[in-house]
Amino acid sequence: MQTGSAVTNNGNIEVKNTTCYMCACRCGIRVTLQDGIVRYIQGNPDHPLNQGVICAKGSSGIMKQYSPARLTKPLKRKAGAERGDSEFEEITWDEAFDILEKRLAHLRATDPKKFALFTGRDQMQALTGLFARQFGTPNYAAHGGFCSVNMAAGMIYSIGGSFWEFGGPDLEHAKVLMMFGTAEDHHSNPLKIALSKFKRQGGRFISVNPVRTGYSAIADEWVPIKPGTDGAFIMAMMRILIEEGLVDEPFLVDYSNSAQLVIQDPQHPDFGRIARNTQGSPLVWSGKRQQAVSFDAREDGIVLDGAFTLADGTPVKTAFRLLKEQLAEYTPEYAEQITGIPAADIVRLARELGETALTKGGELPIAWTDCWGRQHASISIRPVAFHAMRGLAAHSNGFQTIRAFSLLLSLLGTIDRPGGFRHKAPYPRPIPPGPAIPSSPDDVQPGKPLNGAPLGSPASPDDLFVDANGQPVRLDKAFSWEHPLSLHGLMHNAITNAWRGDPYPIDTLLIFMANMAWNSTMNTSEIRKMLNDKRADGEYKIPFLVVCDAFQSEMVAYADLVLPDTTYLERHDCISMLDRPISEYDGPVDSVRIPVVPPTGQCKPFQEVLVELASRLKFPAFTNEDGSRKFKDYPDFITRFETAPGSGIGFLAGWRGKDGSKAMRGEPNPRQWEMYEKNNCVFHYHLPREQQYMRNWNQAYLDWAHENGLIGKNAPIVIQVYSEILQEFRMAAEGRRPGKQPPEHLRERVKTYCDPLPFYYRPLETQRSDCDTYPLNAVTQRPMAMYHSWDSQNAWLRQIHTYNYLYMSPRLGQQGGFEDGDWVWVESMHGKVRCMARFSEAVEPGTVWTWNAIGKAAGAWNLDPEANEARKGFLLNHLIAEELPPGPEGEHLSNSDPITGQAGWYDVQVRVYKAEEDEDFSWPQFPAQPTVPGEPSRPDTLAYHAARGGAANPAPTPWHEQFADKLAPLTQPLQGIGKRIVSAITGEKD
Amino acid sequence: MTQLALVIDLNVCVGCHACVTSCKEWNTSGQAGPMPDDNPYGADPSGVFFNRVQTYEVGSFPHTETVHFPKSCLHCEDPPCVPVCPTGASHKREADGIVLVDYDKCIGCKYCSWACPYGAREFDEHSQVMKKCTLCVDRIYDQTLPEQERKPACVMACPANARIFGDIHDPDSQASQMIREQQGYALMPELGTQPANHYLPRHIRRGSDDSA
Repeated sequence: MQTGSAVTNNGNIEVKNTTCYMCACRCGIRVTLQDGIVRYIQGNPDHPLNQGVICAKGSSGIMKQYSPARLTKPLKRKAGAERGDSEFEEITWDEAFDILEKRLAHLRATDPKKFALFTGRDQMQALTGLFARQFGTPNYAAHGGFCSVNMAAGMIYSIGGSFWEFGGPDLEHAKVLMMFGTAEDHHSNPLKIALSKFKRQGGRFISVNPVRTGYSAIADEWVPIKPGTDGAFIMAMMRILIEEGLVDEPFLVDYSNSAQLVIQDPQHPDFGRIARNTQGSPLVWSGKRQQAVSFDAREDGIVLDGAFTLADGTPVKTAFRLLKEQLAEYTPEYAEQITGIPAADIVRLARELGETALTKGGELPIAWTDCWGRQHASISIRPVAFHAMRGLAAHSNGFQTIRAFSLLLSLLGTIDRPGGFRHKAPYPRPIPPGPAIPSSPDDVQPGKPLNGAPLGSPASPDDLFVDANGQPVRLDKAFSWEHPLSLHGLMHNAITNAWRGDPYPIDTLLIFMANMAWNSTMNTSEIRKMLNDKRADGEYKIPFLVVCDAFQSEMVAYADLVLPDTTYLERHDCISMLDRPISEYDGPVDSVRIPVVPPTGQCKPFQEVLVELASRLKFPAFTNEDGSRKFKDYPDFITRFETAPGSGIGFLAGWRGKDGSKAMRGEPNPRQWEMYEKNNCVFHYHLPREQQYMRNWNQAYLDWAHENGLIGKNAPIVIQVYSEILQEFRMAAEGRRPGKQPPEHLRERVKTYCDPLPFYYRPLETQRSDCDTYPLNAVTQRPMAMYHSWDSQNAWLRQIHTYNYLYMSPRLGQQGGFEDGDWVWVESMHGKVRCMARFSEAVEPGTVWTWNAIGKAAGAWNLDPEANEARKGFLLNHLIAEELPPGPEGEHLSNSDPITGQAGWYDVQVRVYKAEEDEDFSWPQFPAQPTVPGEPSRPDTLAYHAARGGAANPAPTPWHEQFADKLAPLTQPLQGIGKRIVSAITGEKD
Repeated sequence: MTQLALVIDLNVCVGCHACVTSCKEWNTSGQAGPMPDDNPYGADPSGVFFNRVQTYEVGSFPHTETVHFPKSCLHCEDPPCVPVCPTGASHKREADGIVLVDYDKCIGCKYCSWACPYGAREFDEHSQVMKKCTLCVDRIYDQTLPEQERKPACVMACPANARIFGDIHDPDSQASQMIREQQGYALMPELGTQPANHYLPRHIRRGSDDSA
């Protein structure tokens, strides 16, 4: 590796490749080390994802590695100390493992569901999910339920794919991009690269967002929309597109179920289902022959929009006709009232999208063959791209909004076509994609793995994970009638439910890198009390709380046992095809992390903790037939694990086969890690061009994906304009279907929200709010230079966001008699917080917003208790409830989407008023968390310099050496990492 | 004569701050470092940054623009920071037009920061010398770096490719072409400082029948 003299003349230089983890984007990075100290982290120019660039967070990895907030030793809560006091004693890993092994072995042997594992924004869900399944507990989920499961479920159940990791906008071929609320990290650098190129090649960027920040700043047109109303906007645009004939009719007829015939006779046992022939093929209407014919016969002259009568007299309508009827009430004028977007703008934008998609595309000369054996000479370009994430998703109406959004993309014919939406492997996948989940309490048995995957995708009501009374089996009530398609679980309800013992109490809760005592939870103040609450007998209501994290977060203070994780620079990791890989439009991509520095202190990667525990507990997948341990460590596990014996499919798709010559599928390769290391830590499989588009229906692609285990069957993936799966749930609620039935109190809810066609409704909490008293929507955003709560301990990044304001229209100040910068109270029906107002013209006037997770509890993250994060920063989460106010369906329902369980973060209604004169710090405040044993002390001054000149190879005298002796002395003695930083600056060695 | 400079394209800058921290990361351990941070983990942290991004709102709702504005030393062709320097520490290099501070000669009098109309100088209280952007002079001539990496760290990092580095006296350089073709402008030209760094303005692309 060639390196510059700016570093080569100074000590021992090494350059190593690995993968970033300053957010979830997973860029390739190149790390320069100087005498083992991190000198420089740059984007890897040979990496397909970031192509050499790097963001503010990635460039600040040094300050994460050497942060004084690092946990460096396993810790046990001191006897007599309360949770939250943050008083710990140091223990060894042997002791920690003994404690865990004893407790977990007992739970596994007696009642495995009493162990719950919930993880934050980790990137190893294939491993954590496997661990939970092998343990036998259903109580496992990652962060998806409170992040963006609406985006995943809404699109996957409609088009067989979704945004971000599984698909995205093809800005190379697009002429117009319409983006709905999207945080910077969805996607981070690849989206910045693509937006810049798109704008420079003349693309027009329209941003639909209540706030104009981030990517919206460079939009050509900003469409300020009221939060949670996107569904009405999208439905109105669809109405206009259909009215004006601006839809891709042949695409809809051929590739969606739009032309399929839905039974309309309310007395018919299959009322609301799609009519099928005896072979099970859906029926469509032949205009030529004036009769129903098989969808799979691919006849010409199929009618998209119509109502007919089948030969047996059954009345039917095409799904498209039903959609049209559903859209009838969504006039632009109606949508204007809901969204705040002028009707004329809605009409203009719809026309622009439709006309661009249908008339400005052209063809790519790529021949391909569809699933019905028809050969096509080219692929049509549909140059209208969309992107969306949490702005649509984080509302309790998000699933149906995203169903509408998926249909909008489909009406314009943009699915997996150039210029539109493009899939990324392993998607597209069948609808639903699987895997099968357990469906009965009997699937949880002591001493046995769970019968099914803890997370998957139900295909019908009979797949729900409920008992004979229709009650949830899972702690978070996922896959129950309350949230039937909760694909990612409901981590945001796990603590409340465990505390209440509803549906049952648990024993041990293991939290991995999720700050559930602060920004990762709703209702933060109350959750902190629940974590510390005791039963009458003096035992904690959640008896044993284990936290694994690399940093001293607010959550760590509540742990009984703390496991110090490594940083991303200190461990092996894989970004796997079994999980959420970093695939490109042109084919699968996976990647790895390889340690570039040794672990700090006693830090141990969480992966190693899981492999060790799985081995000690003798999980079948981790144990040889003779009962001996199967895997030495995590890298060994990754190399040798196969999804089934001899499947040839493992966590990594690259360099498989004994000699590394196979891709995607092949025997384990003992030198696989080495080969990744030699190849920039990334594997990129390029599909042939004829397999890169129209993959839902592209036979060659589907055959290849099936052969390589990405999909279970190679059948066409037909767009579900009319969702037959939702219709089955509705029929169950109507009592028109045998099999599992919802409890009576939920029937109306299931019937209402499981509409097979999308619709707009006011978010659930808004429906139950007094909007006269609380007239404003409050939302949060993630800043580009911070990822969740991770970066306040980062000396460089926290100087960009040291505290947060509540941004709002100056009109609110005029009405409320306060000025820009004044302290104000912001109050919801659940509580209030105090913060500073900042006037902004870049926000829809009925909305207030702030940056998420900048505010911190005093003393957390090893910040000085007087740090701005604690005194001036604030957390909006205190105002957001994890449960809805009691309603007709009873109480304790999650504040979530009624279909997917996605947390309704952005549904809260608030009011803002001036604080008293002496109220000049944020509220609520909490007693300062003390530092924990093993945490490096905080320097008062930092002057990071990776190294001074190496004696063996003296450099021209660097300028800084001239004043090295003038550096202000550090005012406190340093130990641990702090000392390493100082020795790096001064050249002093221990 | 060569005049190296940055051309910053406000039409694509999303304000991500990659240029801010990649600059800090390279330079704090580079020849112009360290770049100290006071109270790095306490109240009111304050560190030396050679490059900062400011954000402005322009116009009134709903016709609001949010402009992210990265700013560092502009390497003026007639830099007011140079003649005011009593020791000659603040100087402009003839060979490439980069404005530098010789830390050996700097006595920390701060005249240069008073003279600079752009607020582009950063005083290091610990070493009592003035610091500033060097255009990564310790990268751009380093023959041991691959040629495509002989660029300022901020330019290498910028995900939106909003920072173009080059010789603005060479009419064929990409930097000069972009200034010419995209109405590049310099900051406060009325002062006669002739900043070498230029900015490319926003270009709004309207829809076909968007009369707004």
